[in-house]
Amino acid sequence: MERKEWLGFKGESWKNEINVRDFIVENYTAYDGDDSFLAGPTERTNKLMGKLNELLKKEQANGGVIGIDPETVSTLLNYPAAYLDKELELIVGLQTGAPLVRGVHPFCGIRMERMACKAYGYELSPKIEEEFQYRTTHNDGVFRVYSDEMRAVRHTGIITGLPDSYGRGRIIGDYRRIALYGMDFIIEKKKEDKKRISRGVMDEDTIRLVEEIYKQIQFLEQLKQMAMLYGCDISRPAENAREAIQWLYFGYLAANKEQNGAAMSLGRTSTFIDIYIERDIERGILTEETAQELIDQFVMKLRMIRHLRTPEYNELFGGDPMWITEAIGGMTVKDKTLVTKNSYRFMNTLYNLGSAPEPNMTILWSEMLPENFKKFCAKVSIDTDSIQYENDDLMRPIYGDDYAIACCVSAMKVGKQMQFFGARCNLPKTLLMALNGGIEERYNMQIGPVMPIYDKEVLDYTEVMERFDFYLEWLAKTYVNTMNCIHFMHDKYAYERIQMGLHDTDVERLMAFGVAGLSVITDSFSAIKYAKVKPIKNENGLIVDFEIEGDFPTFGNDDDRVDRIAVSILDKVNNELKKNPTYRNARHTLSALTITSNVVYGKKTGSTPDGRKSGEPFAPGANPMHNREKNGALASLNSVAKLPYEKCLDGISNTFSIVPEALGRTKDDQIDNLVSILDGYFMQMAHHININVLNRETLIKAMEEPELYPNLTIRVSGYAVNFHKLSKEQQREAISRTFHTTI
Amino acid sequence: MKGYIHSIQSLGTVDGPGVRAVIFTDGCHLRCSFCQNPDTWVAKEENLMDEGELVRRILRLRSYIKDGGVTFSGGEPLLQAEFLTEVAKKLKDNRLHITLDTSGTIMNEKVDKLLDYVDLVLLDIKFNNESDYKKHVKDDMNKPFAFLKMLEERGIPVWIRQVIIPTINDTEEEVLALKKRLAPYKNIEKVELLQFRKLCLEKYEQMGIDFPLKDYPETSKEKIAELEKIFNI
Repeated sequence: MERKEWLGFKGESWKNEINVRDFIVENYTAYDGDDSFLAGPTERTNKLMGKLNELLKKEQANGGVIGIDPETVSTLLNYPAAYLDKELELIVGLQTGAPLVRGVHPFCGIRMERMACKAYGYELSPKIEEEFQYRTTHNDGVFRVYSDEMRAVRHTGIITGLPDSYGRGRIIGDYRRIALYGMDFIIEKKKEDKKRISRGVMDEDTIRLVEEIYKQIQFLEQLKQMAMLYGCDISRPAENAREAIQWLYFGYLAANKEQNGAAMSLGRTSTFIDIYIERDIERGILTEETAQELIDQFVMKLRMIRHLRTPEYNELFGGDPMWITEAIGGMTVKDKTLVTKNSYRFMNTLYNLGSAPEPNMTILWSEMLPENFKKFCAKVSIDTDSIQYENDDLMRPIYGDDYAIACCVSAMKVGKQMQFFGARCNLPKTLLMALNGGIEERYNMQIGPVMPIYDKEVLDYTEVMERFDFYLEWLAKTYVNTMNCIHFMHDKYAYERIQMGLHDTDVERLMAFGVAGLSVITDSFSAIKYAKVKPIKNENGLIVDFEIEGDFPTFGNDDDRVDRIAVSILDKVNNELKKNPTYRNARHTLSALTITSNVVYGKKTGSTPDGRKSGEPFAPGANPMHNREKNGALASLNSVAKLPYEKCLDGISNTFSIVPEALGRTKDDQIDNLVSILDGYFMQMAHHININVLNRETLIKAMEEPELYPNLTIRVSGYAVNFHKLSKEQQREAISRTFHTTI
Repeated sequence: MKGYIHSIQSLGTVDGPGVRAVIFTDGCHLRCSFCQNPDTWVAKEENLMDEGELVRRILRLRSYIKDGGVTFSGGEPLLQAEFLTEVAKKLKDNRLHITLDTSGTIMNEKVDKLLDYVDLVLLDIKFNNESDYKKHVKDDMNKPFAFLKMLEERGIPVWIRQVIIPTINDTEEEVLALKKRLAPYKNIEKVELLQFRKLCLEKYEQMGIDFPLKDYPETSKEKIAELEKIFNI
């Protein structure tokens, strides 16, 4: 096939089948220069950003929500075209009828929407309430099939954050396809798939898939109409850079109108867009200034995406995150860099528009990245604390060179893999249950299999480990079964028609499990092994506290005696999960990532054998426990780097805070040293790191006088937040973390 | 061979170029009034470490080190010159850059030997006149200059460091005096004026001893910048 919009583009195979990766590799222009070419914001950008800043201020003053439209069910065609400023906008499209106003998404669970409306002084419209009396939501479906045990596990917080009443998210539509092919081609291919699949045996799986393709086509058609509301005909491919961004954004926007997924990630778009920008610059219809202007405006739109959440949700996922994750950089499978000028332009928005948490810019780091780019990334980290890093050299052999990151650390091939998101289970709590013979310590409730409460005076490592293994086996089974229920019902009642329509029909499914409290359980076992830990029982005979005599090595000091325990626990969890079959034969994956839920998890967990007291927060993700790192920053990184990615394929998150002075005396030294640290960390096959370069005092001041730091952004756990959007508890936890300093 | 190792800072970025493993040796013969590490004065039995173990720990940091290396600090590393020579030999086998952070007050054969493996010396010129040096270091100020001279003869590059303490050496005259004294030496690559800080107060309290300069204010970054300008750094 040939299209006039493709004039000047090279390559063949992408023209006849959907293959964005092939298009990129055939056409992109790698860039290894420095950042001196970058342009500042245009007057137009400044004006528009000024308007947005006013709205953001109003939103903050209004308790974090500017407004809710409780009358309209959010979907593609239910809102008229709306603008921030029609005259100034180069990229258009809003989620609802007005900027930052949040829509309601009752398909995943109407109760959640009702409560969220109420929390902000709104009432969900009686009309919607009535309509949904005759509909089954995802949440209804799940609770019809949950067993008593699943409910108990959920209630007590052994497994928390499950997507059973909100959109599961973590599905990245390949929005680039819209720009490259136009909707008609995509729909035509889907129709062909439907025909092909319908020719086979109509068993349950096939019937479900055929109906899903039907739904995809229906919504892809609606997506065309949605764009028409803004006067854009996206049935055809984009013919210039502005259209490419606009087409792609329409896809992303439609996904957000349809779904309120926890993480609605963008994918890997910057190098793709660069191809259009390069062509336009060559044609003389774009300059560096106007190219940057397009990216600035695109990013402004991304920063305006909002979903309605309840206060309980915000406790788990603090700071109103969207995880509009954009993967930047990386290498091709032939070791050529995928960095383009547009990789720089994306990050330059942090200067042009001011620092902000979204989009969640994620650098795919390779030792082979151009040195100039590495330095630019380090500079942006030091200046803004807004970006995170993930190891391309580790992921590329597994996912190829066109994968992206969903949420924080979940890699998947764009348009070819999707995941069933599964939050996380609480490992320290599982250990406490193992000691208490299946009784949950806070509710005094028998949940797991019955066993006598551990009755020796001192905890014996081998015995406790045996108990833990037994309860882990039980937990894994319960966890997988719960996930199967959730995703069966999500597919049935809240299927992602736009996002899945922008995937290959024969998609590979991953089921992403997670653990919380890895360093707590690791240090607990270390204490049991190397010190003397005596359990303390309450009046009911339950073990509720511990007395520790002697020293023990802790995770985060590059000490194999304890680091090996962490490795073996991940290995065990991974193996136990894999013993249980999954819905749609999804591949089991595992993460050590908590978002900000480490605070809530800690709150729901009694005292642990490592000396952590009841209710105290866990460390986030795979982080060592706060202030137990005694040998400096690199020893801490070395411990985390030992955790095996192949056992933890949904990601291993590490959040690292360092004061600027500890990185070097001058800015240039700081940049060079941060590059060395990143290279050294990733060379050891570590997976992820959030970098914060700031002083604890700054956070304390920002907590006391938030008005002085309206844009203070920090990385928490796989994402960045505006510090002032965190709860006081979450802020306190961020302040209590280890800040690596000079001696 | 065993040496007294107080601690290892795995990420050092201010004691020599690049990312460095900083080895704080235990034990010092001086008792400078502004000392930030009183906990390293006396070498302690429990801090004895085998040279193989020390090298192993340093090499765990190899992947982070590009233009950086290893810095021997302390305490006074020259008190353990023989041990550090053995360590340094092994680090050189791994092509690591070695920096020595010292008061330059010990010269002997063992020190000579260690210097065979040292690429850079961070030398403390603690004060700019004999009476201050005598008062606050309780030692002879000619020693570090003799050391500097020896380093010059051996062609070993040096970074001079001086902690700037308010009212003692934070004036234009002091800085110019330092500049004048350093002028004859050809091997000085850099001069670093450091802020006087009191982060060490807690350590002194824990040890139950008095911090002699506890009543002095800390030096501001601005002051350092001003003096650097005068020095023309």
